[in-house]
Amino acid sequence: MKLKLLAAVAATMMAVSPAMAELVIPALNYRTGPYAPSGIPYADGFSDYMTLVNENGGIDGEMVKVLECETGYNTEKGVECYEQTKGQGALIYIPQSTGITYQLIPKASADEIPIWSVAYGRTSAVNGKVFKWVFNLPATYWDAASIMVKYAMEQEGGSLEGKKIALVYHNSAYGKEPIRTLEKLSEKHGFELSLLPVDHPGQEQKSQWLQIRRERPDYVFMWGWGVMNSVAVQEASNIRFPMDHFIGVWWSGSEGDVVPVGAGADGYKSITWHGAGTDFPALQEIKTKVIDAGKNAGDGSKWGEVGYNRGVYAAAVVAEALRHAKTMGDVTPSSMRDAMETLGMTDERWTELGFPGFTAAFQVTCARHSSPRLGAIQQWNATDKTWTMVSDFMEPDFEVVDPLIEEDSMAYAAENNITPRECN
Amino acid sequence: MLYREAGDFKTSYKDDSQTFPIQMDRWGYYAILAIAFIAVPLVINDYWASAVLLPFLIYAIAALGLNVLTGFCGQVSLGTGGFMAVGAYACYKLMTTFPEVSILVHVVLAGGITALVGVLFGLPSLRIKGFYLAVATLAAQFFLVWLFNKVGWFYNYSASGQISAPERTVIGLAVTGPVATPAVKYLVCLSFLVASAWIVRNLTRGSVGRKWMAIRDMDIAAEIIGVNPLASKLTAFAVSSFFVGISGALFFSVYLGAVEVGEVFGIQKSFLVLFMIIIGGLGSIFGSFAGAAFIVLLPVFLKNVLVGGLGWATDLAAHLEIMILGGLIVTFLILEPHGLAQLWRVSKEKLRLWPFPH
Repeated sequence: MKLKLLAAVAATMMAVSPAMAELVIPALNYRTGPYAPSGIPYADGFSDYMTLVNENGGIDGEMVKVLECETGYNTEKGVECYEQTKGQGALIYIPQSTGITYQLIPKASADEIPIWSVAYGRTSAVNGKVFKWVFNLPATYWDAASIMVKYAMEQEGGSLEGKKIALVYHNSAYGKEPIRTLEKLSEKHGFELSLLPVDHPGQEQKSQWLQIRRERPDYVFMWGWGVMNSVAVQEASNIRFPMDHFIGVWWSGSEGDVVPVGAGADGYKSITWHGAGTDFPALQEIKTKVIDAGKNAGDGSKWGEVGYNRGVYAAAVVAEALRHAKTMGDVTPSSMRDAMETLGMTDERWTELGFPGFTAAFQVTCARHSSPRLGAIQQWNATDKTWTMVSDFMEPDFEVVDPLIEEDSMAYAAENNITPRECN
Repeated sequence: MLYREAGDFKTSYKDDSQTFPIQMDRWGYYAILAIAFIAVPLVINDYWASAVLLPFLIYAIAALGLNVLTGFCGQVSLGTGGFMAVGAYACYKLMTTFPEVSILVHVVLAGGITALVGVLFGLPSLRIKGFYLAVATLAAQFFLVWLFNKVGWFYNYSASGQISAPERTVIGLAVTGPVATPAVKYLVCLSFLVASAWIVRNLTRGSVGRKWMAIRDMDIAAEIIGVNPLASKLTAFAVSSFFVGISGALFFSVYLGAVEVGEVFGIQKSFLVLFMIIIGGLGSIFGSFAGAAFIVLLPVFLKNVLVGGLGWATDLAAHLEIMILGGLIVTFLILEPHGLAQLWRVSKEKLRLWPFPH
């Protein structure tokens, strides 16, 4: 029976032969499992934008093929997806999970396929001298932590001396990322930091919030994902924690995280790097050309949500990188890497693509694989069911973050015998 | 007619008690070994190694280990994921502390460390049985995962709490790290699996295994006829954890390369390995292989058929995969409660009488 199985697998493997003359972009989505509430809007947005690109004639006439592979946010399935799509001409990987990113960094670097972790993954991958094949735009977790502290400081009139900040985090590589930065910042600004880990998948948070109720921190920061987010917002509202002092990272600030809590979530804040809502020409175009035409990837109900727009953002940048790579000849993983490394988007270009005021302009360089590294704070309004930006785009404290990046990336280079490239 | 004992004369007790008394079985066994060791490495590619063969080989070692404890000695354990984590973290600490020692030695040592931890958590089995023991081992599962998340020493204080395997070579060929070729990784795991199966087979037909089975079948009776429950139960825990530890070490170093304890070695891993031996067949070596093959290969196969072959949406296929797998498990267990191994045994019996059944 085993032989028969193997033969059948082999037969199907043959059937999925690579389709040439198409730009293949694998999408390691997760539409199932405990992280699906966060994964579905992103997956829909990414695929819908790529469909729009194809509707408008593709990338200089060449169609984009989005190769969906279901990971369920699970590392083992992520590895399987990587190996499966690698053979089909994958140009760039967007792993969609910090765990899978860590997994793929050495593998993809050896296979010479670029990875773009869209504001997640390994923060020190910003150092392009060490991480030649890895990109981490538009910002990193350490930037986010620093911007959140900066925002809290502004709210407190310029000083956090003697204040308390609690970090509620997903007990995984993802959730642990900001800890080191926050520790440095607490030394620098004199606030007290308390760490409250929440175990996978995150439905059980009673004890953490009991502790918050007892300790009464001035601010609560959250690094949550999937069902953990809405549970945390619910718990915060149960203990009547002031919602405007509760700030989530960008993965904890979508509609799916606050809508289930209803009016209790009003005033909850999160950091973001792009606009929410549907008031952008490109999103309207998706509505008319993709969703109304019935070519959408999901059920269309996520259109305009924060998570959806994030998928659109990622797709728009990939499409631009593909165009850029096209100018250098045939698109290969290696030319895609070169394109990512020299990619720049001005405000005019964003407007031209139908995203006026959607996000900030950026320019990637060889040494800095992340740009613009800006973030703004958005706030949830439960009555109108909208996210509105309540701050300008802010810079992180580079003095604190950059030395940490340097230290961590050089440690990685030493561990893996990588000689950093010489470039700017 | 072809598959029979007749004509295969045994002239010594050694011949008579061999593992494969039927000639055709022996040929089949050598043929499979030859294919696995010689033919497969020539054709293997990244996809087959990472998605199909490596997980199968490694889970088969874990299933063998758990089968020693649960199948042969009758002690239910839900701590397999935690013990695999011990193997993985022991291997990581050894790899980074003694980089000059061969990775193969580290994997075996990691198994040894896991055996010690297993014995420690096996002590309650002398007082409690059945479901209560399952709860005690469940505590081991949660405690071990918590420990590896909490104490920075285990992951060398890395910022993310992940452990990642540095490159290590055996006779000049990379076994771990990104440049390791699929054939090398496959051969290493295969060798460990064959060695493990050989050891388990020989243990279970010797006095140690007979004591385990006596304890399993009725512990009071076993004690009366002179089987020491302390020694037998603890050796079962030690041997079982040893193989589970080896599988954890290989899982981390050779297969995944980077591991996050909560996600990879969580409670669902314990259940997965337990399901493997239940579906495969408790107290059977072949059952460990069959169960691992069933649980590892079927989802990959279904995914390739549904998404690759029929072009269905990935989320629909993923949900359907779970349903089909669940349905098949229920069907199999209704038709053959003793697992795939029993199915195999019955079909062999029938084949011996074919074409003249009485």
